Amino acid sequence: MDGRGILRGLAVTFKHFIASYVDDFRRLGKRYFTQEGVLYRSSPQVEGVFTIQYPEERRPVPENFRFIPFLVYDEGPNGEKEIRCTACGICAKVCPPQCIWIVRAHDPETGKPLKKPAEFYIDVDICMNCGFCAEFCPFDAIIMDHDYELATYDRFATNVFDINRLLKPASYYQQIRPTQYALKAAEREKKAAAKAARRGKAA
Amino acid sequence: MTTLVTVPELETRFAGVITPDTRKGYEGYIVDVQHLKDFAKALRDEYGYDYLASLTGVDYLPEDRMEVVYHVYKSTGGPGLVFKVQVPRENPIVPSLVDIYPGANFQEREAWDLLGIRFDGHPNLRRILLWEGFWGHPLRKDWREPYFEEEGKPYSSRWPEGKHFHHEDRNPFGKNVDYPPGFDPYTWEPETADEILYQAVLKRSEIRDDLRTERVVINLGPQHPSTHGVFRMIVTLDGETIVALEPVMGYLHRNHEKIGERNTWIMNIPYTDRLDYISAMANNFGYVLAVEKLMGIQPPERAEYIRVIMAELTRIVNHLWAIGFLLNDLGAFFTPALYAIEERELILDVFEAVTGSRMMNNYFRFGGVARDIPEDAWEKMVELVTDRLPRKVDELDRYLTESELIKSRTIGVGVLTAEEAIALSTSGPVLRASGVPYDVRRADPYSIYDRFDFDVAVRYHGDVYDRYLIRIDEMRQSLRILQQAIRDIPEGPIMAGKPQYQVRVPPGEAYGRVEAPKGELGFYVVSTGKPNPWRYHVRAPSFVNLIALETMCRGHKIADVVTILGSIDIVLGEVDR
Repeated sequence: MDGRGILRGLAVTFKHFIASYVDDFRRLGKRYFTQEGVLYRSSPQVEGVFTIQYPEERRPVPENFRFIPFLVYDEGPNGEKEIRCTACGICAKVCPPQCIWIVRAHDPETGKPLKKPAEFYIDVDICMNCGFCAEFCPFDAIIMDHDYELATYDRFATNVFDINRLLKPASYYQQIRPTQYALKAAEREKKAAAKAARRGKAA
Repeated sequence: MTTLVTVPELETRFAGVITPDTRKGYEGYIVDVQHLKDFAKALRDEYGYDYLASLTGVDYLPEDRMEVVYHVYKSTGGPGLVFKVQVPRENPIVPSLVDIYPGANFQEREAWDLLGIRFDGHPNLRRILLWEGFWGHPLRKDWREPYFEEEGKPYSSRWPEGKHFHHEDRNPFGKNVDYPPGFDPYTWEPETADEILYQAVLKRSEIRDDLRTERVVINLGPQHPSTHGVFRMIVTLDGETIVALEPVMGYLHRNHEKIGERNTWIMNIPYTDRLDYISAMANNFGYVLAVEKLMGIQPPERAEYIRVIMAELTRIVNHLWAIGFLLNDLGAFFTPALYAIEERELILDVFEAVTGSRMMNNYFRFGGVARDIPEDAWEKMVELVTDRLPRKVDELDRYLTESELIKSRTIGVGVLTAEEAIALSTSGPVLRASGVPYDVRRADPYSIYDRFDFDVAVRYHGDVYDRYLIRIDEMRQSLRILQQAIRDIPEGPIMAGKPQYQVRVPPGEAYGRVEAPKGELGFYVVSTGKPNPWRYHVRAPSFVNLIALETMCRGHKIADVVTILGSIDIVLGEVDR
């Protein structure tokens, strides 16, 4: 009990204190408010201050990052929205907090159910961002978003997303999740090719 | 995988008292309720099953029967033993095992609170998670919660004709809520219940010596920065010295287990994240182990390795957090905590890239993991594990371990002896710091932990300082495991079979236990073959470790309570469930 332990401890804090300044000088002009600086501060090499000054600075989110889901549509030749969702209901069945409500579309003339949703609601107050809906969707039609800035003033008025709010183009999907998009597109093509081959054989 | 045994000798000795449980998918013995105490005493004293891991009840409504399930283990390691008692559903009374296994204390109170099983001879059989005055016992199968829709998810109102509504609009206050007869929530005064509590705590500390000093009852919490959440300790003081302490919890109670019984099997995985939210993937691990045991599937090699990697990273995250905030509790305001959290953030970056979320990982699946580790996350993880983290753990060690300030506040404080630690069913760092080298990874190996070369960290003084040191030791051992796992991980699939959103779970029961960072985390699940679990019980390490809090605190100064609580390392998400 002679205080040597405290001094040794203080040496560690002193080193941290010095490091924060040394590193600021070494990376002068590059450490803050640049993309490079943000990446450095979340890398295993970081020394000194590691705080990221949100919202002026943002850490890029990884591809797997998941937040509230959205629905994907493909753009048709005339700019119409081709919704991928077939209203099969798997996402609503697997959703742990049961925050998805789907109304299946019906043919206006015959009244037969169509493979399309008429309405699609997600109560984002209840959604727990688990990602099951996207994981088990067989049509790659519901995807977890990267947009995490959803704060609003009135949850009752805004936080039940309807189909218009949920729909986002496939190009956006490709932009936020390039690897997954490519993988799923290849899978779909393979399936389509197999189907075509089967049909050819049958004929 | 957690194994259970049968002891043929027991069957002959207790012939007529115990019968093997022959229901399909069930194990262990059914003990006659009259002879439960004799049986338990013999188990503890003669057969070495001195550690009661889990105690819970199951409501078998169709058979009109309540069942209490006990899982006991040997503190020297090895497989465990399960036994049950069966009582009628109406007014079930079971003899309390608190005097044989003091660790049954809170778990019996929980079973009383949630299932209404009365434990005869329990010294303090009050509600523990719910408030005094709550009507009914929510885990009984015929009890229905407010906003009740159906017995099990998925709810039919969602698809194919799902119209969204706010529950608040449909269900005005009062409807579908059960109150005792004559109860009015607007005029109800909670003071009486608290008064009883204070009297009970005072009574426990009756003055025995000649000096007629006065006892003071103090409430620490529920709103107190040192309690790591909403947690209350009612402390009786003699001057500054603690003579009795009563933890009060349940402020964060949401009846996780009832939710779990409404959920389908897979839906529970993300809910387990919310138990101990500091170490989410350890919770995933325990749950999938239990269900995989029922389903009889084995994850592929690569998935096993990924699971171990994630579980050990989680342990490092948890211990960094625990040490940082223990120092906060000691008064080292946030400098050590932030040094620890910096490393934690880097590990969470890896978690985010792999699982998609920093804390609520939802990564494990039945028969594997959700997705493979991406290349960049793998590289970052390897760099952390081989280079940065060992350095930083050493730095933390250098910074704190020899500090006279820390030593003088922690050495000899909150001592728990090895015998007490076993008797009170503590687990994890609390148990091992008291000199009991019991680690589920070694004592009852699961997954592929038998392949790794690591030491079970153990310390012998059982004080706060040792509980701090053991976390440093464990981080070093975790890094050892991680380095081996990184070296040996094979290529291959990460999932046994196709990912399924509705799994078939054969009828039966299973207990999955893992060495979570905070101690033994167990999941007891019962399946009837339906899409929803019949029973889903969590044996939460933080909750059970709190039984030892009074023993640790008695005789110490009021200022040490905060430190002692910090050294147990509780998370209220798990304590209150």
